Amino acid sequence: MAEWLDAILVLVILTNLWLLGSSRLRACIQAAALQGILLGLIPLLATWPAITARLAGVAAASIVVKAIVLPAMLRRAAREANVVYEVQPLVGFTTSLLLGIVLWGLATHIAGRLPVAMLHVAPLLIPVAIFTILCGFLVIASRNTAVMQVIGYLALENGIYIFGWAFAIEDPLLVEMGVLLDVFVAVFVMGIMIYRLSREFDTIETDEFTSLKE
Amino acid sequence: MLWILLAVPVVSAMLAFALPWNWPRRGLLVASSGAHLGLAAAAIGRTPAPVLDGWIALDGTSLLFLAITSVVFFVVSIYAVGYLAHQVRVAEDPGREVPFVDYPEAVFTGCLLLFLAAMTLVIVSHHWGLMWVAVEATTLASAPLIYFHRHPRSLVATWKYLVICSVGIALALLGYFFLAVSAEVRELSPIHLTIADLENHARQLDPAWLKAAFLLLLVGYGTKMGLAPLHTWLPDAHSEAPSMVSALLSGVLLNCAFLAILRGHSLLAKAGLGDFSRELLVLFGLVSMVFAAVFVIRQADYKRLLAYSSVEHMGILSLGAGIGGIAGFGSMLHAVNHSLTKAMLFLAAGNTLHYFHTKSTLEARGLARALPVTALVWIAGLLAITGFPPFGPFVSELMILKGMIDGSRILVAIVYLVALAAILVAMAAIVIPMVYGKPPRSESPAEASEPPAAGARPGARSPAEPLWSAVPPLLLAAAVLVLGVYVPQPLSDFLHRAAIAVGAE
Repeated sequence: MAEWLDAILVLVILTNLWLLGSSRLRACIQAAALQGILLGLIPLLATWPAITARLAGVAAASIVVKAIVLPAMLRRAAREANVVYEVQPLVGFTTSLLLGIVLWGLATHIAGRLPVAMLHVAPLLIPVAIFTILCGFLVIASRNTAVMQVIGYLALENGIYIFGWAFAIEDPLLVEMGVLLDVFVAVFVMGIMIYRLSREFDTIETDEFTSLKE
Repeated sequence: MLWILLAVPVVSAMLAFALPWNWPRRGLLVASSGAHLGLAAAAIGRTPAPVLDGWIALDGTSLLFLAITSVVFFVVSIYAVGYLAHQVRVAEDPGREVPFVDYPEAVFTGCLLLFLAAMTLVIVSHHWGLMWVAVEATTLASAPLIYFHRHPRSLVATWKYLVICSVGIALALLGYFFLAVSAEVRELSPIHLTIADLENHARQLDPAWLKAAFLLLLVGYGTKMGLAPLHTWLPDAHSEAPSMVSALLSGVLLNCAFLAILRGHSLLAKAGLGDFSRELLVLFGLVSMVFAAVFVIRQADYKRLLAYSSVEHMGILSLGAGIGGIAGFGSMLHAVNHSLTKAMLFLAAGNTLHYFHTKSTLEARGLARALPVTALVWIAGLLAITGFPPFGPFVSELMILKGMIDGSRILVAIVYLVALAAILVAMAAIVIPMVYGKPPRSESPAEASEPPAAGARPGARSPAEPLWSAVPPLLLAAAVLVLGVYVPQPLSDFLHRAAIAVGAE
């Protein structure tokens, strides 16, 4: 199963680059959804064949929420807010992609220095986790549309989750479900906010919200 | 008993969402916050047994923060009843301009109670993962509260609050995973990530991972606590939220985040890495105080002024916990003092805003004549928050200073005193003219008929300061005054227990 896990992880890297390079919101939401599916598969493959019912349940719940429910909510928010493209990001798309490659280098560097030799972790897991977190930050910081910032937040959350699974941290079910619920409600509330923002400002480009500048 | 403590606000929140009548809902709000207060008092009298395998428990620190939360929430809920009734009256007034349409009251009350439930869960949870879930829940429950006025500006503030806090708290989740790894690399698993279990094995945890975990927890929960330079959401959210919500955010919510950081500090201290976390706390504390001092000077919006003052006081709390010794005790006492004082100031700010319809420190003048009780609260609050005797914060700030001198941290003490002095001068220069200044007599005829001219409001149907708006801040003021003169023995025992529990003493 190790090759399958590696394949999945490479796909996660690609979804991140897709997120960085695309200006169409729908494409980015798609990438986030795909990442959600991959994210659900990782724990199954990482612990193959010793899958417990609990793990399968958590993975299934995570796929349903992150790959189906949240993308649907984001799509709806984008449609209602009537935004199709991220028009003027703070950092251009080509530059973002190049930065992505730099971030990948950074992620492998950090991962190489973490004292984890004694744990038998698949070699790609930790760099991919760190890379996803960094990409999430880059998207939040460099994109102007509110929808893209939410997508960045999801990527950040996904990266943290891959990290958790890299170490097969046996989270109690309560915590696992609580975290998932929090993320769900967060994106739900953000979706409502996006809708209202679009009505108030005729735009959801957050740098237009200058009314609170110091 | 702990279950009841959590269930009361949750159940009443559900009821509040469902109840179609305003007055019973308001009664429910006061009743359930009163019940919460009663249960908290009972818990202080006899500490209830932990439930859920020790995941939910009360120790000295929890009890202290629970008491603060419960008291402030109860006082604010009384204020809320009058406030909500007033909002409805204003909304039904046919002659008024319509600057904004408030959120439905049912949603507001429900979220208020959910917010209380989430904060209670933060305080009682003794499992790192559960605590994370609860802290994030406080963000989500309070976001609709900030957006109550449905004004575009409050919308932007809410957005900023949601995104910045969610991202910050995501880092704390990573910190939580790091804690797990620190146990796992030493093959301690299966270890439960409860506070007690980790602290019992603290010395066996991997120090490198533990340090990284604390850093992430500090940055994550520090965002929520409003430590500079992570505080950027705080002034906006505090100035745009209804004043009673600002009182809760400042007086209670920031404390909950502080509690989460204290837990991390306590763990590191037990693992023998106390110096690392102490230095970080001191650093963040000083940076916050300096940041706040810079932004308080010539601040043109009195709610932002109070918000930056909260950044300052969060800095003081972090500093006190970092210095340790008597400063650790001082920090706990200061948490109590700050919550009470800041809640009272925000309630006074709310009254001021109602009367003048402006948040500008230049236009809201002449409080002493227009709103005498509120003016009194402002002056008492100003003296208290800037550390004048005989108010409580003076005592706690002095203890923190003594801690610094005991530890011969002279440089830290100098920065601390300079920042305090700068903030004192800056705040006095803003608040005193607001209270005693002459209301701006607008000369232009267009403005002359505007209602904000103080004392000239023709035919106000309700008195300028109804009981609901005057009594709650006065109660808080009295409490702060008492704490400045005399800290009751039971409270003092508590503060000691709390300070010891978090390794700050």
